[in-house]
Amino acid sequence: MSWLQKLLPPKIKRAEGTRKSIPEGLWSKCPACEAVLYTSDLESNQSVCPKCGHHHQLRARTRLDLLLDPEGRFEIGAEVLPLDPLKFKDSRRYTDRIAAAQAETGETDAMVVMQGAIKTVPVVVACFEYAFIGGSMGAVVGERFVRGVMAAIEQQLPFICITATGGARMQEGLFSLMQMAKTTAAISRLAQQRLPFISLLTNPTTGGVSASFAFVADVVLAEPGALIGFAGPRVIEQTVREKLPDGFQRSEFLLGKGALDMIVDRREQRDRIAALLTLLQRIPAVQ
Amino acid sequence: MLLDWSNHAFMKTTFLDFEQPIAELDAKIEALRFAQEDSAVDISDEIGRLASKSQSLTKDIYAKLTPWQIAQVARHPQRPYTLDYIEHIFTDFEELHGDRSFADDSAIVGGLARFNGQSVMIIGHQKGRDTKDKIYRNFGMPRPEGYRKALRLMRLAEKFSIPVFTFVDTPGAYPGIDAEERGQSEAIGRNLMVMSELRVPLICTIIGEGGSGGALAIAVGDCVLMLQYSTYSVISPEGCASILWKSSEKANEAAETMGITAARLKTLGLIDRVVNEPLGGAHRDPRSMAGSLKKALQDALRQVSDLSPTDLIERRNARLLGYGKFKEQRVA
Repeated sequence: MSWLQKLLPPKIKRAEGTRKSIPEGLWSKCPACEAVLYTSDLESNQSVCPKCGHHHQLRARTRLDLLLDPEGRFEIGAEVLPLDPLKFKDSRRYTDRIAAAQAETGETDAMVVMQGAIKTVPVVVACFEYAFIGGSMGAVVGERFVRGVMAAIEQQLPFICITATGGARMQEGLFSLMQMAKTTAAISRLAQQRLPFISLLTNPTTGGVSASFAFVADVVLAEPGALIGFAGPRVIEQTVREKLPDGFQRSEFLLGKGALDMIVDRREQRDRIAALLTLLQRIPAVQ
Repeated sequence: MLLDWSNHAFMKTTFLDFEQPIAELDAKIEALRFAQEDSAVDISDEIGRLASKSQSLTKDIYAKLTPWQIAQVARHPQRPYTLDYIEHIFTDFEELHGDRSFADDSAIVGGLARFNGQSVMIIGHQKGRDTKDKIYRNFGMPRPEGYRKALRLMRLAEKFSIPVFTFVDTPGAYPGIDAEERGQSEAIGRNLMVMSELRVPLICTIIGEGGSGGALAIAVGDCVLMLQYSTYSVISPEGCASILWKSSEKANEAAETMGITAARLKTLGLIDRVVNEPLGGAHRDPRSMAGSLKKALQDALRQVSDLSPTDLIERRNARLLGYGKFKEQRVA
């Protein structure tokens, strides 16, 4: 114990130790409007800020829960698990990064694929898990995506992909780049079968995912305010050496440039996607 | 601007950092040659001895290039570019311009030509030689209109059953404001999709830098060749280092671990064939490089030219869908 600590009045020390802390996670602060919200209020509003409408990041399974009917779902491609083909090591081993991400998220890689129904319309949905190494696309993401598309083809179902990703996974080197070709080739097969492909872009969608299947969908949707682009804003700023315009690479900007079909609030996605699917497949409207 | 091939023997070679010992030796040889001209003593033996020493030194250095050094060779300012190969492998080149909706992107060149007399379509990235030319070619970094021009030419080739050769040499697709505004992502994605279903042979060669999505956007095909000292990667070694090591100084480590060289990628099964380069790299002897590339292209085309369009696409898709290493474990 240092002399300073000895000098401190004992009361102060005791107060620190016995102070009652607020339970973890009871409150959350909206990063957009800085409003302090009850976490339970936020969650009951599909993680959309009730004050400003900011769409908070969602975990893949939460998103699938919100989008799909509760009955008759099952997962596709969970048997596909990551390897480290390059024995990649930077400041950390890639295998350690995978293990840490698995422990942290409870997922085995950055994509969850499920077959189910949206308002009784059967679909296959692939959803990126951004919390798993930035939702990066490596061999497992590519393979699960393809298995999802193949299941859709086999059962003649529409396919939906929800993106939340920084792009290709660097730790798998060129294998990752090839996932762009692989996933897009699968989409081309789906298109030949005249089965709908709907792409829903959420914050963020950049790099190798943005530049492969994300924009070749029959209908491209985005959540409000999502960052969407080929190159990240930092890279662009370094290249062009000028300040980027306000709202650059956000959903609203892309809509104005003609890159998107529409921006859909999270709370309306179930209805709108079900409507699009029935219209595209010429089936009667669902209630 | 094309390389001046007729004068190539007299063109001054630019040496890379790790080639300095060769540069010094060559300077000495040059000085002796100059002295020889007004000297009574015959020093040609000495010159010959030094020249063969320079050869073996080059051989030694090139026998153990690191991936990062190979990346330097791939970016060598005198490396032959797409138009150089077009000039020396093909005949009757008719360059076709424009994407029909916005502009003509000079970072990608394309057009019809003859390959051993047969009609072919050529598409390739094009870099510039001098400063003005580099800017004109945007350092080989295409904008969406470049990829859309490439797409238009592929569709044109398909319509007339003409095989397509692509030549890849780009640091990457241009990361600029205008490129984003016009849909860089969509342009690249669209090409990947169309190339997976194009009903004519597609032969792709990485001749220099295969920079990420910007390279892949014209590199999906039935056969992917790589020149010995070219590179192909998901991100540049500098980019990878600055993200994962938080310092672009670690580019050599990133290059090592990412596996960006032709030899490594061949071992990993990601490319089909490595085309050997002349001693000291393609720029030391572009003519012989063009010769061996032509042979490799001939072989590659012969392998797929007898397939029906349906079989061709089936074969190509089987390759594409097979990319990636993972394990499978039954889950309960």
